Amino acid sequence: MEDPQNPQRFLTAAAAGLAGCRACGTANPGGAQACACCGSPLQPAAADSLQRVWAWLAAGLIAYVPANTYPMLRTTAFGRTSENTLIGGIAELFSHGSYAVALIVFLASIVIPVAKFLAIGYLAVSVRRPAALGSHGRLVLYEVVEFIGRWSMIDVFVVAILTALVQLDFAAAIAPGMAAVSFALSVAFTMLAAQSFDPRLIWAAESENLNDHA
Amino acid sequence: MDSKQLIACPTCDVLHRDQDVPAHSVARCARCGTVLAAPKSGAMTRIAMLSLTALILLAAAAVFPFLELSAQGLSHQASVLDAVLAFSQGPMAPLSLATGLLIVLLPAARYGALVYTLAPMALGWRPAPHAFAAYRWAERLKPWAMAEIFIIGVAVALVKVSGLARVGLGPAFWAFAALLVVTILTDNAICRLTVWKTLRTRSAS
Repeated sequence: MEDPQNPQRFLTAAAAGLAGCRACGTANPGGAQACACCGSPLQPAAADSLQRVWAWLAAGLIAYVPANTYPMLRTTAFGRTSENTLIGGIAELFSHGSYAVALIVFLASIVIPVAKFLAIGYLAVSVRRPAALGSHGRLVLYEVVEFIGRWSMIDVFVVAILTALVQLDFAAAIAPGMAAVSFALSVAFTMLAAQSFDPRLIWAAESENLNDHA
Repeated sequence: MDSKQLIACPTCDVLHRDQDVPAHSVARCARCGTVLAAPKSGAMTRIAMLSLTALILLAAAAVFPFLELSAQGLSHQASVLDAVLAFSQGPMAPLSLATGLLIVLLPAARYGALVYTLAPMALGWRPAPHAFAAYRWAERLKPWAMAEIFIIGVAVALVKVSGLARVGLGPAFWAFAALLVVTILTDNAICRLTVWKTLRTRSAS
């Protein structure tokens, strides 16, 4: 709905003194704590919520370090044990000629996590500062991060299946390494960081309602 | 204007008049383009049936044999439960719990909640008790229900071992593969705000 006083601008629920529900779209009376329709908690699009984004993002980054340095898989074949890190596993796939699978694992375990850290950080910073990317570009970025982030969990599942499957006594046995835990935590924390980001903040800088209703 | 006639865009908070949208057309937010309503005839029936299918497939995946590996005269069978318990030894045990939640329990909870809320809608009944809370949870669980990601992980793992050993695929593997398709179809059929509006209209009538 357009603002009657200012037809160029859009009237948001917050500017109209209402509290819009992010789950079901109900326009609740201002100051309501929970949505009258679906019962979801109502939070104003305050810049304070960015603190939660930064906290989860930091936790995700910290967990991503051991995910890369510790071994992901411990393979025992005919009495010899070898350990593989994330990068080592990709290199091995590549050297065996499985380029497509190597690419999938490389995307899921390196490219997507790093791109996600950068994208969430950029979204959080751009709320306060003028951004090079317009509102629509940033919304697309947010939706891509929300959609693609969970697919990084593939790596953890690969380790789980290999461990369950490759148990051929002396010939070959695979055990999971500590990196599986830190990688799973890193993915979960960045998913929580993305979920904590309130997309309404993308437009808050355009209208100056942010400070009135925070 | 009464705020009951208004709808706030869940993505960007812009207010819109809550109009009745004709079937098979789409209403989008004027500022950000988020879909506000996309009613389709028979959508509730389709989502309820797809969710029921997904529940049956999940049960089959949990019960039937999953994968079998054989090399040099040795063979080893693994069920989905074995994959969940892969981390159960030593300090990684919590990851086993998380894996079980992500690939079986949370998808089952989500599809159960979808059947519970949408089956009465499909039949033209009033919403079941606590249907609003159940649907809210179904939406919150959506990113954490990772059954479809698990089957892609299985595919990657199979390529990794295919050079070393022969792998046999059991019924549970095909159940998970079908679940991937059903999940995509379900997610495409659901329009969140349309479901909420249907729930609201039915509980008022």
